[in-house]
Amino acid sequence: MEIRMAAEKRFGKFALAADFTIVGKQIGIFGESGSGKSTLVGLLAGLHHPDRREIFLDGECLFSSTKRINVPTEQRRIAMVFQHPNLFPHLSVKSNLLYGFKRCVENNRSITIESLVGVLKLENLLQRGVNNLSGGEKQRVSLGRAILANPRLLLMDEPLSALDDTLKFQIIPYLKSVSEQFRIPYLFISHSLVEMRLMTDQVLVVANGSIVDQTTPDQLARARMEQSRVGYINLLRLESPRRVDGLFAYRWGDRELLISAGNEEPEALFELSSRDIILFKRHPEAISARNLLPCIVVSTFPAGNRIGVEVACGDQRVVAEVTEQAVKELEIREGVDLYLAVKASAFRRLD
Amino acid sequence: MVKMISLGPNDIDAIFLSGKVAAVAVAGSLPVGFAVAYLMTYLKFRGKLLMEVLITLPLTLPPVVIGYFLLLLLGKKGWLGPLLESAGIRLIFTWKAAVIASAVVGFPLLVRSIRIGMESIDPQLIQASRTLGAPWYDTLFTIILPLSIRGILAGSSLMFARSLGEFGATIIVAGNIPGVTQTIPLAIYEYASSPTSETMALSLCIVSVSMALGILFLHEVLGKKLSQRR
Repeated sequence: MEIRMAAEKRFGKFALAADFTIVGKQIGIFGESGSGKSTLVGLLAGLHHPDRREIFLDGECLFSSTKRINVPTEQRRIAMVFQHPNLFPHLSVKSNLLYGFKRCVENNRSITIESLVGVLKLENLLQRGVNNLSGGEKQRVSLGRAILANPRLLLMDEPLSALDDTLKFQIIPYLKSVSEQFRIPYLFISHSLVEMRLMTDQVLVVANGSIVDQTTPDQLARARMEQSRVGYINLLRLESPRRVDGLFAYRWGDRELLISAGNEEPEALFELSSRDIILFKRHPEAISARNLLPCIVVSTFPAGNRIGVEVACGDQRVVAEVTEQAVKELEIREGVDLYLAVKASAFRRLD
Repeated sequence: MVKMISLGPNDIDAIFLSGKVAAVAVAGSLPVGFAVAYLMTYLKFRGKLLMEVLITLPLTLPPVVIGYFLLLLLGKKGWLGPLLESAGIRLIFTWKAAVIASAVVGFPLLVRSIRIGMESIDPQLIQASRTLGAPWYDTLFTIILPLSIRGILAGSSLMFARSLGEFGATIIVAGNIPGVTQTIPLAIYEYASSPTSETMALSLCIVSVSMALGILFLHEVLGKKLSQRR
């Protein structure tokens, strides 16, 4: 999918001037509240019209002020999942799901309700009204409804921000797997770096109505490490837990991590702050932290008055955060062998 | 109590005519009222403020003034009179004139209630519908119409009740002809003018109150049912 946008839009005092071309399937739009993310998405979907210039999707002109082209919203085949599920309250779950499907040209109906309900686990909800569904169920129905419209592009405008953390990380696999399974490229809008890293492989950064950067989500997280309250968040998807001395031991590549916040689920997503990792030059004699692993420095990068240190433990990598003085004392540079220590309680389970 | 209610054939005619006038006025105004409410809620256009003022105007004017203007418009020598006459349409001093009077007087109530219903619809539901492939008219009938049904119901009830009570404009354009254009309020007015017809006037008052109560109850019950359906 290729999006080419050179559009300008003014709403009162706020002005958006977006000029970018991006190619990809899982694209993020990142920015603070009020930066212009939703306006940008509205322009693409046809919910707002640019004041001037043009928008192209896969080479097709959706809007051009000079050529006087403005493809109506319903003909763009760009479906949206909103922050709130926005389910039609007078329709059942099934009727909501089929709303876009019924309006889709028959030739484009490659995804059917039968193929979708299983993936989204909606089988038992089909005949129910939408008002008694839980928040997670509503957002799954909303996602299913958008997918069943068989769009060529899915816009997800902060679809997780209204959900609590637990629910959020339960929905993310659905969002990702459904669009991957049905091969629908998406644009994911969020102001959460963690969501960006879990959902996208490249990011447009929006600030004050302009695109200020085009990068990968990981680079973005590293660049913002200093500003972040919690440093760089390492995201670890870990498998095969077993109980060890009241803790859970998870496989991490060819190593094991001991975590107190584990559970019996075969797979879990954890976050670990770069500020919770301690680096040692030599193997300490004794240490209370339950995770002590040999590692090798892969790279270092500046993060304000701190230094980010990317280390590899076998085939797994994490980023630690140290001071310049620590870099000198530990002689940290690429290829140096170190030990890293993490308390079992420093991991936070996300899903 | 038995003595209190005494209805003659003309009274029965007046009751039926009142119901008929109110029903036709509401039914005829509904599509226009819905369209106007849609325009006022969702579209931006020049002269919107003026249109808003004009729609609300009948609510603030004395009904007699409205009746007089309708007479100027539809009367034999009125602005549209010759045109109507050439088309073989006679409105003044017929029950149809009573319908027009009721429609004009009740229209602002209908539009206002429907607008309130439409304005309570989350705009993102409409946006969702459009991004799911529905053109504006499809969205209008599948999302906006069903979701503003409570407003439509409220507006219709109010307009119906207002039409039942319409007096000033009706007496000017339709007259007060028993069995032809005499509605309940006109009949009550006639009885009230005569010292011997107190019982008849009271009987029609009781019928009028019962009809209004019935409509309001029906409105509440239907409103509750619609709420439960959601």
